[in-house]
Amino acid sequence: MQARVWGCRGSLATPGADTVRYGGNTSCVEVRLESGDLLILDAGTGIRPLGASMDGESFEELHIFLTHLHLDHLQGLGFFRPLFRPGAKVHLWGPASPVQSLADRIAIYLSPPLFPVRLADIPADITFHDAPEHGVTIGSATVRAANVAHQGPTVGYRIEEHGKTLAYLPDHEPSLGVELSDQPPSWISGHEVAHDADVLLHDAQYGDDEYPSHVGWGHSSIEHVMGFANKADVGMTVLFHHDPYHSDDELEALLVEARRQCDTVGDDVCLAHEGMTISLDRDGIRFG
Amino acid sequence: MTAVTSTGSGAKSLPLILARELAANLSTAMFLLDATGTLVYFNDAAELIIGKPFSELGEISAAEFGEVLHLADPDGAALRRRDSPAGVAFLERRPAHRVLLVTGYDGERRLVEATAYPLFGAAEEMHGVVSVFWQLATPESTE
Repeated sequence: MQARVWGCRGSLATPGADTVRYGGNTSCVEVRLESGDLLILDAGTGIRPLGASMDGESFEELHIFLTHLHLDHLQGLGFFRPLFRPGAKVHLWGPASPVQSLADRIAIYLSPPLFPVRLADIPADITFHDAPEHGVTIGSATVRAANVAHQGPTVGYRIEEHGKTLAYLPDHEPSLGVELSDQPPSWISGHEVAHDADVLLHDAQYGDDEYPSHVGWGHSSIEHVMGFANKADVGMTVLFHHDPYHSDDELEALLVEARRQCDTVGDDVCLAHEGMTISLDRDGIRFG
Repeated sequence: MTAVTSTGSGAKSLPLILARELAANLSTAMFLLDATGTLVYFNDAAELIIGKPFSELGEISAAEFGEVLHLADPDGAALRRRDSPAGVAFLERRPAHRVLLVTGYDGERRLVEATAYPLFGAAEEMHGVVSVFWQLATPESTE
């Protein structure tokens, strides 16, 4: 599979001179499977340029996996051009609710006055699914979801193809109320998604000095993401969901701190940036 | 697109993880059963009722649970596990509450008030049972 980051900013799109190196679009990752199937992780503002890049591309169907319905993961959906192709088959996956269907919850945003087009009027043929907690096979890959600690119903996704695993946990606070280093892995939120993954894209919203004033907000500090990655025994950790108040220079300072905290395993951590590509195939793992 | 039937993982579900985190931060005794009825956690306050720390006992299957806590009505009549609040919450999938006598590893009988309720996830699947205990008084002092 090959993944491409179209947005890795957290909370709010953040364009400007201070964010050009890592980007200001909110969460969206394109995953192309060896079978040719297209998976899209989250529909933040990064899905708009992804959709534009698909102009002229034909597809039988595509799958959009939403981790949750906070706006920074949903706001781009109405600007994803493939949704406006009549009859295009789109599968939309998201966390289950006992109260409202996924379609009804998304329609809260995709309807006036918040958005001019109603969900029901979108020309694509959209099928809604609860996130696949027991796994679903799509083309050459298996996708599994698990509920994770964040504010409100939220899942993480694990994609496996030909023995390689990509884990995606953009919004996650596994340390809430616990000391991660003391916990058995089976008792850590998200471990089921991330264990032994070759590549983990994980929430890294806060510096360690910022977290104490944001406990319970649903995000991780550098110490937490590195502690989580260590417990999950992942290959490469990609710091994701950058705080909108963090400039490029500040993000690079956080990377230095992350590398300091994982010095026993080398430089197995990096910063997500718009345009980053990650290839996971029989030849190994390559970043571009 | 085909469904896969097994996760192939022994990981605890998020409702159990969050309930455990809550219990670990309370001074009220709390037990946690998983969806199979296994006692997967009790907090420090519950050690006072059971008579041993969780770190020593570890997880306890439903079949072994009778060796951990002996239950009785306040008048001393033995209570079937299925009639305890946790038993009702697990088997009948509804909240339950009652006063009972419990005897743990230390042999001490304690009069407690217990509330138990099932944990249903967002898709309404059952993840386990939370059982909370409040010690009322020693049986002797109630006589």
